[in-house]
Amino acid sequence: MTRFDQHRPPSRDVETSIFQYIVAAIFLWLLTGFWQLQVQNPEVYEERATLNSVKALPIPAPRGRILDRDGRVLVDNIQTFRLMLSRDAVRAESAPLIAEGLDIPYEELVDRLGTVGIQPGPDYQQVVLKDGLLLSEVAFFEAHRGELPELELIRSPRRRYPLNGMAAHMLGYVGQISKAQLNLEEFVLHKSGAEIGKAGIERRYNDFLVGKDGRRLVLVDSRSRRVRDLNREEAEPGQTLRLTVDLDLQVVADLAMGDRRGAVVALDPRNGEILAMVSKPEFDANAFVGGVSEAAWRNVARDPDKPMLNRATQAQLAPGSIFKPFVALAGLMEGVVDKDFQVLCTGGASFYGRYFRCHRAGGHGWVNMEEAIRVSCDVYFYNLGKELGIDRIAKYAELAGFGSRTDIDLPAEAEGIVPSSRWKIRFFRDKWYAGETISVAIGQGALTITPLQAAHAIGGLAMGGVWHRPRLIADSEAAKILPNYSPPEPRRAEITEEQLEPIVRGMWRVVNDGGTGGRAMIPGRSVCGKTGSAQRISLTLAFENDDPRLLDDGWFIAFAPCEAPEIVVSVLLENGEHGSWAAPIARDVIKAYFDKQERRARPLRQQDQPGAPQTAKAESSRP
Amino acid sequence: MNEQYSWRDFDWTLLFVALLIAALGALEVYSATLSTPWHDAYLRQILWIGLGLGLLWVASIIDYHWLVQHAPTFYVLTLVGLVGVLLFGTVVNGSRRWLPIPGLANLQVSEFAKIMLVLLVARLFAELPKGRLDLPTLVKAGSIFLIPLVLVARQPDLSTSLSFLPILGMGIFLAGLPRKYIAVGLVAATLAAPVGWFLLSDYQKDRVTAFMNPEEDPRGKGYQALQSKIAVGSGGIWGQGFTRGTQTQLRFIPEAHTDFVFASYAEETGFAGVLIVLALYFGLLMRIVNNAQTAADPAGMQICMAVAALLLFQITVNVGMVVNKMPVTGMPLPLMSYGGSNTLTVFILLGLVNNVRIRRFTN
Repeated sequence: MTRFDQHRPPSRDVETSIFQYIVAAIFLWLLTGFWQLQVQNPEVYEERATLNSVKALPIPAPRGRILDRDGRVLVDNIQTFRLMLSRDAVRAESAPLIAEGLDIPYEELVDRLGTVGIQPGPDYQQVVLKDGLLLSEVAFFEAHRGELPELELIRSPRRRYPLNGMAAHMLGYVGQISKAQLNLEEFVLHKSGAEIGKAGIERRYNDFLVGKDGRRLVLVDSRSRRVRDLNREEAEPGQTLRLTVDLDLQVVADLAMGDRRGAVVALDPRNGEILAMVSKPEFDANAFVGGVSEAAWRNVARDPDKPMLNRATQAQLAPGSIFKPFVALAGLMEGVVDKDFQVLCTGGASFYGRYFRCHRAGGHGWVNMEEAIRVSCDVYFYNLGKELGIDRIAKYAELAGFGSRTDIDLPAEAEGIVPSSRWKIRFFRDKWYAGETISVAIGQGALTITPLQAAHAIGGLAMGGVWHRPRLIADSEAAKILPNYSPPEPRRAEITEEQLEPIVRGMWRVVNDGGTGGRAMIPGRSVCGKTGSAQRISLTLAFENDDPRLLDDGWFIAFAPCEAPEIVVSVLLENGEHGSWAAPIARDVIKAYFDKQERRARPLRQQDQPGAPQTAKAESSRP
Repeated sequence: MNEQYSWRDFDWTLLFVALLIAALGALEVYSATLSTPWHDAYLRQILWIGLGLGLLWVASIIDYHWLVQHAPTFYVLTLVGLVGVLLFGTVVNGSRRWLPIPGLANLQVSEFAKIMLVLLVARLFAELPKGRLDLPTLVKAGSIFLIPLVLVARQPDLSTSLSFLPILGMGIFLAGLPRKYIAVGLVAATLAAPVGWFLLSDYQKDRVTAFMNPEEDPRGKGYQALQSKIAVGSGGIWGQGFTRGTQTQLRFIPEAHTDFVFASYAEETGFAGVLIVLALYFGLLMRIVNNAQTAADPAGMQICMAVAALLLFQITVNVGMVVNKMPVTGMPLPLMSYGGSNTLTVFILLGLVNNVRIRRFTN
């Protein structure tokens, strides 16, 4: 006690001491709280804190749309929901619930859950669990969000092919990148799980069509509920691609083919632009988007009709008689024959000790080149081929573009075969026998071509020797999307007017003068054509076997107008028996082309103009 | 009242401890606002601390006897201010708490009311007519306190109005309340609790239920409590490191630089850091009690003990909330939470304590 005590008022030392004890007690009580949380079992809360954390969610970029030459949509996107899985939060106990809600077989799901953890990539990254969710699945996820913190629902654009199978081969389809594709240079920029173009335009122009995915860093609480976005990089959509294809012609060609197997290619010989490309049977690419089941894929792959084959660029078949104009060209340019050279056809002829029949048993009598093309006389071309020899035939076949890729902007184009003595040595280690030339001269033998090559070749020939590389993207479009793009130079040959004339006249008469292609005739239009019927096996075998898949393939090539061609069409009917059956398909396409041109050239009809007198309507509506 | 005092008599210990806590608080305000748009809050907090030091000095040199004498005047001024808040105050988060002072800042009058009440309690209980407490005095004191309490509760700001009670309670306790009153008071409080429940507004009820069971609805009412608990727990013994707390930096902790600043601090510095700050607070309170014990007169003692009681109440409610031992309320932690009015108020209160200490040998 100090000396001031006496002067002090009644001391409250008892009360203040009680207060001190209370302070001490309260502080101890608070400390026990921290002790329990921080020292006794901090793991519990550490775990909670990390669960309570950041999720990196992709913002998938929509692929670029694909348009036809008039800007009509061929391939588009729709908005769907996608379920993402946090690879660092995969829990085995969630599997039954997920399997039930998303209708994924339990074993398959467990299998996938087991592998997501070991895929390369940062832990916080999300992998796609299911794409294109049904509304019921979205509802299921929303209801169980709290129980399934490893899942996250995002909006994602999904590829949609509104033509439902039409032009499917040309357009291609998208799918998840495969393990093998991950190692291709073509897809070097893509990661596992990425959606890439697997075929057709989708694959060829994948780099332009894919956008750049955005990313969202999202804060989520311990129950996986979104707290807020930390960071947001918007997605850059892919570039829109405008094709040279004309949807009107595509539809006409598609409908004309019906459900027959085969292909149609229509192109503009003046620049190589593809106007239509049909391959039948087709497939609906919508079924492949977002993954296709193994069973469904096996079904397609084993279908004897080979629906996945793009017959326009990948079917390699003997051309038959549509090859004859090119043999004629070789004969004229090599000076072996002139247009007046005549051959007597008696229904067949012997060469090198073997009798070769003409398709007309009674023979065609005396035929010159023009007539030989019109009636497709085999004997004429046997003789011409014999005179030319295989290597000179091959030279002009190759000039026209047969035997090598046309380099169209589609993946996996086939080359076909142009046989020659060099080819024979190389692949068979044997010399060329002159007798083999006879078959090649009428487009049989080892010779095979694709429908695209047929259109390309006849187009260049009709242009007087200018073969433009076939293309699905016009030069003006390509210059926009490709840096340093320069249009490829066409392949040229000096074909004189005199050399061209008998071929073109012959082909005109095929269509317009009682020839084999009369079904391609369009009143008021000059259409040139040539039919072809190519044997798959020898005639004798065919008679003994009535398998419809061994019937002759029907071909038809055509261009119009004859004097200044604007459109070339080649048609292949697999097992179509005769080329004349293919002719009306070409006619429909060519007619559609000119009808459209006419429609555009014609001034606006008066009924479309406001205030026009009513009487004028009836006059101008129909001719 | 003209006396001498020397710088030696100044309570340097009190000042040192208070500044240490305030510095740790400012650091945590810096860390907790690092990733937010208001990341310069710590600069303003430092400004408040500096201003607070000046006011502490002012509150130290004006003789507390004079202040106690004029407590009724301050009382009336405060009531005017509180009514002004209700009439002209700015609404933030549904409460009308701030009185805008044109050209200056928003003043939280209820914070400064605490200073006035500390002085008032000294005036009411220091000089009792019979040397001991009687019922009329008690009723009078209760009535005087009830008016500002109701005014603040109406804002509504339940936690600040409740913080007036320890000031009154400590005054009564020190005045020497007869045992029978204590017994009656306890019975009355027990009976009043259920009645009080009906008087609480919905959000206040929600907070109490959320406090009872925070896991029931983690995103809703219990969210703040649960996030705070996770933050504290994830701090462990040594903490996640300054500016490294996941909960703090990712802004899971609500009000991480104001009401929940101690949760952020606990996450980043761990149990070790908690121990240091709680020890500092304990030292601060003990020092204030020591000043009360050495005070020259009952008024001085009353002032110091009222400040101690108020600070203890706020620390208990705030830190208790952070470790989920108390319901979630908007109670700032003295010296650590960001905020102008509350920081200045605490420094002025400490100035009053210092005032009493400086004059402990006089009279």
